[in-house]
Amino acid sequence: MAVAARPRSAGSRSTGSRPGRARMARRVLKPVAFVLMALPLAWLAAQWFLLIRQGGGDLGINPIEASIHHTGLWALRILLFTLAISPFTKLTHWTPLMSIRRMSGLYAFTYAVVHLLLYFGLDREFSVAELWADILKRWYITLGMGALLLMLPLALTSTARAIRTLGARRWQRLHRLVYLVGGLGVLHFWLVVKGVQLEPIIYGVIFVILMLARLPRLRQAAGFKKKAGH
Amino acid sequence: MLIRKPSAFSLPEREATPEALYLNRREWLAGMIAAGLLPASALTACAEAAPTPSSLAKLNYTSGPFSTDEEQTPFKAVTTYNNFYEFGTDKGDPSANAHTLKPRPWTVTVDGMAAKPRQFDVDALLKAMPLEERIYRLRCVEGWSMVIPWVGFPLASLLKQVEPTASARYVAFTSLHDPRQMPGQRGFVLRWPYVEGLRLDEAMHPLTMLAVGLYGRVLPNQNGAPIRLVVPWKYGFKSIKSIVSIRLTDKQPPTSWNLSAPREYGFYSNVNPAVSHPRWSQAKERRIGEFKRRDTLLFNGYGEQVAGLYKGLDLRKYY
Repeated sequence: MAVAARPRSAGSRSTGSRPGRARMARRVLKPVAFVLMALPLAWLAAQWFLLIRQGGGDLGINPIEASIHHTGLWALRILLFTLAISPFTKLTHWTPLMSIRRMSGLYAFTYAVVHLLLYFGLDREFSVAELWADILKRWYITLGMGALLLMLPLALTSTARAIRTLGARRWQRLHRLVYLVGGLGVLHFWLVVKGVQLEPIIYGVIFVILMLARLPRLRQAAGFKKKAGH
Repeated sequence: MLIRKPSAFSLPEREATPEALYLNRREWLAGMIAAGLLPASALTACAEAAPTPSSLAKLNYTSGPFSTDEEQTPFKAVTTYNNFYEFGTDKGDPSANAHTLKPRPWTVTVDGMAAKPRQFDVDALLKAMPLEERIYRLRCVEGWSMVIPWVGFPLASLLKQVEPTASARYVAFTSLHDPRQMPGQRGFVLRWPYVEGLRLDEAMHPLTMLAVGLYGRVLPNQNGAPIRLVVPWKYGFKSIKSIVSIRLTDKQPPTSWNLSAPREYGFYSNVNPAVSHPRWSQAKERRIGEFKRRDTLLFNGYGEQVAGLYKGLDLRKYY
């Protein structure tokens, strides 16, 4: 249905250039995205509430492990979503999505921080010595920790003022670190599972596609067009 | 040229839910429930109910030796939190998917270096063998543990019936290989069938048992029906499930996780807090149902019984 109804003519390109509609889309998109990306965290909080209050909830038999996996997965999903925004916008020329890129990145950071805190607090029971031993000895912890530390400067310089202070060019160069963060995040997941499992491979493939979409030559071949005057 | 003007309410396809979100619609469903936007029955409607103890046949047994008096892990946890990759890699997958396994009729072949190799029908075994309950600790290599009341008999009493020859040194076990019954075997997470092995003296040790039930009932499919190994001083993956073949041999048999990642999983895989898994420490464990972790014990606390088997063996080298 949706495919059949998709406007195929050049007229469809006009949506992005209609400032009124784009502004409308942004106005709706931002709060919707804010609520949607908060839902997994709200769900987790609700499950812990149910678990503590009445021994119920959907966290299963090992709620600590489930919580750590839940926040880690969502950090990675939202991070990949963030990385998808630019190529998607370039492909479709639908600019309103760009308005939630910063929010998405900050959400990815938030989930990663909660992920670390749950692991450090509930799994390592706030033992700095154990955490440090893990970082030194366990490859997947080293990579995950590296990814989180690299996100910190990005989160701190996410304000408009930081862009002004750094200058757009330097700011952009700094924020290319997000590619490294994505790679480390995918590897972190890849290394933690036992055996050959599909899920981390899927995330890995999505990440590689999102990186390839950024290569200028491939972008041209795939039909990304640079609009004159933009 | 046809120019279609989409009406104000029509959504362009690019506004469709991103695939990553779509693929996790169950979690979104759960999120909606948490937010109070959907009734909780929305999720339970698609989840399969775990079998209650009453739906499984009762067994006749006496209480056996070596039982711990520690608090037993609840039946629900024992039967819904499983590693049985033949039915999927999530802990909840086996209880959701194992209904496709047909545990009867079932035969176990016991052969190799034996004077009297033979096939055993599981129902006949259940009648012929005096069954006993043994409450054992189970320590998973992933760092969690349970206390499970198994029902079964010593592996030694089965092996004695086939009379191992003097040259037999090891015992090789094989799980069922049937992707129709075990959907996880269509994937490539491990090489199928699952195989495991013990040294003959480990296999003959009185602690080593073949379990046919838990909590007084026949084994639920997700716990390795109809017959599985239980070696309580080794990590859980050594206790192979849904066994179809037991073979006496003079060579150390291949084992599934060792084939998959030899640096991480050795042939012995004795529980040992001092020898860490390359990716995580084994010093502590989370007993299912407990909030704080507890110290892991050498040989899972069965050192008094089994330490003698490994005298002079470098447990760091032979992990």
